[in-house]
Amino acid sequence: MPVLAREIELTGIPTVTVTMVPFIAERFRLSRIVGVQFPFGHAFGMPDDPTMQRAVSEAAVRLLETATEPETRLDMEIAWPIDDRTTYRDWQPTEPSPSTKLNLERRQRLEEQRAGRAG
Amino acid sequence: MAVDSFKYLPRSFRPGFESVGYQHDEPAWTTLETPIEEATIALLSSAGIYIEGQQQPFDLDRERANPNWGDPTYRVIPRDVPQERVRVAHLHINGRDIERDINVALPLRAFAELESEGRIGRLADEHYSFMGFQHRSLADWRGTQIPELAGRLKEAGVSALVLAPA
Repeated sequence: MPVLAREIELTGIPTVTVTMVPFIAERFRLSRIVGVQFPFGHAFGMPDDPTMQRAVSEAAVRLLETATEPETRLDMEIAWPIDDRTTYRDWQPTEPSPSTKLNLERRQRLEEQRAGRAG
Repeated sequence: MAVDSFKYLPRSFRPGFESVGYQHDEPAWTTLETPIEEATIALLSSAGIYIEGQQQPFDLDRERANPNWGDPTYRVIPRDVPQERVRVAHLHINGRDIERDINVALPLRAFAELESEGRIGRLADEHYSFMGFQHRSLADWRGTQIPELAGRLKEAGVSALVLAPA
């Protein structure tokens, strides 16, 4: 996704990126970044919470209006209103993603190799 | 408060994310020349949103068969998309809340309000949905989808794009 933002910006269209992972947006040296401490899939907040969604949208507009130099970052002062454990569980896909499965298989193979050497 | 980028990330992903170094020598920057009160704004999400009955879902079966591949195509989402037709095809997030309220990923309602209040010039007629969380197919994006999208944005008179990674 930071690739999309960067490449579109380079075609001459200003962008602002609203992201749960501002660290990565900074690593791609994006122009304008709004950081939100929300679970994945929820860049603008809770479902059926127009006030929260509006606050994040306004921040994006404000940054478009006021940022005068690249790599301007604004972090939202909004705490997610649900406990961490529930939030973490709820954003997960219904099946482990293919890349997660691949990682797990790799790790399992490594552990088996290690166990084999140890044996 | 400083946002903790890793708060909801699976612990096993964290070292990979943290080890990402600076990817470019120069930052990307285009100045917004249009006053915000006159600007046309478009929105883009990478949550894999599509419209049931009108659009093909993103190709998840191919990704399941080949985890190193991700569907590089995008869908156009009109500003008046009916909520009951909003669907999510994405193997890396749970799309349930977006299927209940698209505004968590593509805040059409908030930007329509900002338009009606005169805070922005106009909310564009069409918005865009990609499927993110992919480290693949970026050659497709750079060579095909991004130039096409940039052309569409310019044709639609879009002054600025708001992107929300999923």
